[in-house]
This record gives sequence, structure tokens and C-alpha cells, in this order.
Amino acid sequence: MITIEKRKKYSIKENLLIIIISIFLSLFISSLIFSLKGINPFFALYKIIFSSFGSLYGIKETVTKAIPLMLCGIGLSIAFKGKFWNIGAEGQLLTGAVLATWVGLFIGKNLPSIILIPLMFLIGFIGGGLIGLIPAFLKVRFNINEVIITLMLNYIIEQYVQYLVYGPWKGKTQYGFPYTDNLSQNALLPIIKGSRIHYPTLIIAILLSILIFFLIFRTKLGYEIRVIGENPLSAKYAGIDFMKVTLIMMFLSGGIAALAGVGEISGIHKHLTYPSQISSGYGYTAIIVAWLAQLNPLIVILTSLFFGGILVGGDVIQTSFGFPFATINIFNGLMLVFISISYFLIQYKITFKRIEK
Amino acid sequence: MNETTFLIFSIIKRALISGTPLLLGTLGEIYTERSGVLNLGIEGMMAIGAVSGFGLTLITKNPWFGLVFAIIFGILLSLIHAFVSITLRGNQTISGLSISMLGLGISGFWGKAYIGTPLKYKFQDFTIPILNKIPFLGELIFIGDPIFYISLILTFILWFILYKTKWGIIIRSCGENPLASDSMGINVYIVRYICVVIGGALAGMAGAYLSLAYASSWIEGMTGGRGWIVIALTIFSLWNPVRALLGAYLFGGIYILQYILQQYYKISPNILLMLPYIGTILVLLLSANETLRKRIGAPKFLGEPYIKEEK
Repeated sequence: MITIEKRKKYSIKENLLIIIISIFLSLFISSLIFSLKGINPFFALYKIIFSSFGSLYGIKETVTKAIPLMLCGIGLSIAFKGKFWNIGAEGQLLTGAVLATWVGLFIGKNLPSIILIPLMFLIGFIGGGLIGLIPAFLKVRFNINEVIITLMLNYIIEQYVQYLVYGPWKGKTQYGFPYTDNLSQNALLPIIKGSRIHYPTLIIAILLSILIFFLIFRTKLGYEIRVIGENPLSAKYAGIDFMKVTLIMMFLSGGIAALAGVGEISGIHKHLTYPSQISSGYGYTAIIVAWLAQLNPLIVILTSLFFGGILVGGDVIQTSFGFPFATINIFNGLMLVFISISYFLIQYKITFKRIEK
Repeated sequence: MNETTFLIFSIIKRALISGTPLLLGTLGEIYTERSGVLNLGIEGMMAIGAVSGFGLTLITKNPWFGLVFAIIFGILLSLIHAFVSITLRGNQTISGLSISMLGLGISGFWGKAYIGTPLKYKFQDFTIPILNKIPFLGELIFIGDPIFYISLILTFILWFILYKTKWGIIIRSCGENPLASDSMGINVYIVRYICVVIGGALAGMAGAYLSLAYASSWIEGMTGGRGWIVIALTIFSLWNPVRALLGAYLFGGIYILQYILQQYYKISPNILLMLPYIGTILVLLLSANETLRKRIGAPKFLGEPYIKEEK
């Protein structure tokens, strides 16, 4: 017969093993699925890895795409640590993008760079944070499922962005395309020469990952977040204020995700456009970035670089094999499944015994 | 029929049609959640149902085969969720999300070739004799596609099983108190597996309805968040199949409202497209109020993995 026991402890080495096994199995099965379309799976794998990590150009692109993933991933780690399933990073990112455009294009357009850019980040952060408060309040006050609320907000905000770029914000200088006018030079982030890496956002992301790591593991607030996540019952007995902690946690989570949107507007696109152009599903991919990092903001730096590479490689095989954009979701979904399976394998000990007669 | 009656007629008719996939999905999720499992993978299972139903109909030239395959693929995806959340006691939220991603990914990948392909083989409308002669109602309800009728019959059967049979008690007890069910000799794992599979089958069917009857074509992202609306409707229905009918057609109406408002008023289509999502949030608020007032809540062990203790 089979017995399953919970293990007392598991080591960092085993944690690392989870990550590697999950990545390997997901890549393997995704490429098997590709082979259904008559594509050599090894060639597809080679293309993904080579185009993202195999050249200087590839690495630059990988880092560029890792920036929003890192910010969203850090934001999600905070919320997930408190078992608050914020699936709304996509909408929170777009909120940041909308507000950055608003500040950069309209209200602050004559301000000098040194004031304007921090202002864009600040307003973006506050806006994303406020969007994050909605599901937080509804969950604590009415016990409404946060997954549904955050997803619905994503859809609503996506439509709102489209409304803006087709309607009131449509640029006069964009030849009829659904873009806003371009931001002026003082609203643009500097980039590393010869790349698209807007390094101020990258620096913010790395600093935040350190900061949030300390917040989660070294402060009272972080402790309260973890207790709510791990054992809500004892959190209640300990007198932790669920409303206060959840609101703060989600304000930070939404705010940090929104910084990613500010970076995309001010560092990459220079104008607001279709939601799918501004974010190629960063908010959703970041769920796996955070989960693979086991909700550790420092490890998020690594996993976001890895997924940045997957997105770059994914783009390349999409164009060269004619795959649709959704293909990346196959890999993402498989990753989540395998992470769940390998969590089980390291948390429990399975033994097969013969029944003695 | 004069113009106003015709307008009312077509609004209701179209609301019933666009409510049908929501109804099917909600019925399935009600069973899944009643047994104690939360499945957030509906969106993915619907998407794979839509694409597999469409693809297999093109190949077999018969929409019924398409429907069967949509059900099979819905079940296959739901089995992954069952395995991770029941056998491996994994996190049901994460597992459900992974099913949604996987389903959306595979359907996009599989369906790329079908974009723009018209569907020649459709379900034939079904007429219920004699009753169809009733003015207004006759044409409204007694002429329709077969899945519309199947969904109505299923609503009744699933309601009957849940509330009037021993099977229903067993299913509900697994969600309310799995420990007690276990001590009575019920295999909680098997009951939960079956209910998750029922959810997968119905979500697959809902997807097939979208591509084979509602739109008669395939486009990527055609589920458009209906899978998430279904989860809200499950709560709105207070986990009761008959109340699901109400919620589903209400939302069917909201989908139709978009077109009507666009025709008669000059409102940006993007603002109108927000309606179902705003409606979902409102419905959740409404049900939160009602569950508090009536003290009817989610199954007590919803989302909790059951761990059988060693004796």
C-alpha cells in the first residue's frame, strides 16, 4: 500500500530542485505540443533559449522584458504571502500606464524631467494602490472572492484604456492610429545606449525587491501578513487587524505593479496604446514569476529574468513558426501545474509498502 | 408582431441564447463546489471546449461529434485540476488558474488555423410541436437549438439529484463536512473527482455552444471572461441549479444590452463592453448581502483539501 506522510523540513537544495524540475518538464511538454504542428521540439527549444540568452541583443531584450515582470512579481509576492490572490497585476500595471500618460502628457507636461518623472511614478503608484484597495476591502468586509474581482477589474481597465486611445485621448499627430500623442522628451526615461533597457525602472525594481524582502521577513507588518496567510485563525486570536493589514498589503501590491506600467510608457512606448501592446500579459506571467520564486522578492529578480527570456524566445518562435500569442500560456500553465506537483513531492514522503500477510 | 413586440421578442430570445453557455458552466461549477472543490479553470475548459468542438465538427462534419469531443477535452483538463487539488492536496486557486492558462494557451495554439473558417455544419433548430403554436411564447421558447433544451433539462435533473436523492446528500456532505462523510463510509476523494469531472464536462459543453451555436466560428479569446462570470454566478445562484437559470439569463440579457444600447444611443463600444464585468462585481456584492442575510454560505469546506487520516 501507499502511505503519504508530511515531512517536517525541507532544505533550500530541495527548493531549488523544484524550480529546475518544473522548468525542465514544462519546457519538455510544451515542445512536445509544438511537435504536433510538425516542428522539431529540440529546434524550438534551441530557438527559445538561443534567442533570449544566446546573444547580446537577446540578453538586452530579456532584461527589458524582465523589468515589468520583476515589479509585478514583487507586488504579487506581498499579496500572495498573505494568501490574497491578487490576479489583478495586469490591470494595476495598466492603471500605472494610464496615469503616467495623464501626468506626462497633460497635467505636468511643462515640468522639468527631474520633477516630472518622479511625479509620474508617484501618481502611478498611488493609482495602482487605490485599484488594489477595491478587492481588499470587498474581501475583508463582504468575504467576496478576490480572484474574480481582480480579474473583472483587469477586463474593465483594458476596455477603459481602449476607450481612451480610440476616444478622448486619441493623438492628433498619430495618423489615425489608436495612440495618444507622444510624450515630450522631459517625460521620457533614459535608456542604456543600444538597448531598450530603461535603467531607472530596473534600479527601482531591484531596490524594491530588497526593501520588500525586509518588509515581509523583518518587520511587524510583514509578520502580520505572513500570519494572516499561514494561519488566519491564530491571526484572529492574536488580535491582528485584518482590514488594516490587507489594505496596506494590497495598496503596496497594486502600487508596485503600477510602477511597471509607468516604466513601459515612459521608457518604451512613449505613448498610451492598445492594452495588449503595453503589456504582453506581464501581469499574468508575473503570477508564475512570484510563485516560482516561492514568494521571495529576492528570488523574483532571478525568476523574472528567466521569464523575460521565455517571453523573448516566445516572441521569436511565434514569428518564425507562426504561433499565436496565446502559446506562451501553455508553458505558463504547465509551469504552475508542475510547481504544484513538485511542492507535493518535497512536502510529503511517499512510501510504497507491501502488505504483510 | 409590431415593432415593439418584435424588439422585446428578439431581446429575450437573444438573452436566452447568450445565457445558455453561462448556464451550462454554472451548473458544472455548482456541482464541483458543492463537493468542496473550487475550480477556477472554467475559462480554460470553456476555451478548449470551444476549439475542440469546432475543430472536430469540421473534421467529422457533424456538430454532435464536435460536442462529444468538447466534453471529453473539458473532462481531460478538469482531471488535471482534480489530480492536483484532490490527490496532491495542492492549492486550488493556483491549480485552477493553471488550468485556465493551459486551456487558453492550447486553444489559441490549436485554433489558429480555424480563424476565419465558417462553420457549415450547425445544430438544426428543434421545434416542439403544438406548443410552438402559442403566440409569442411558442417561437420564443419552443423553437430553439438542441443544446438550449439540453441545458434546461440538465438544470432540472441536476437540481433533482442535488436536493431529492441520496446522491445529492452525499455530494453536499463532502463539501459541508468531509470528515463526517468519510466516517459514514463515503469515499470523499471519488465523490470529489466525479464532481470535478461533471464540472469539466459541462464547461466543455458550454465552450462548444459558443463556437457551434452562438457564434458559429472560432476566434481566439472568444470565451471573453465568461468562465470567470460563471464563478460569480455560482455564488449568485447560492449553489442551487434552478437559481443558476435566473443568473445566467440575466447575464445573457446584459450581453444583449450592449448591442441594443449601441444601436440606439451613441455610447462608446468600449464602455458598453465593460457592462458584463461591472455586472459581475455588482452581482457578487448583491449575493454577499444575501448570503449574510439568509445565512446561506458557500459549502463549509470549499477549497479545503481533504486529508484522510491514517487509522
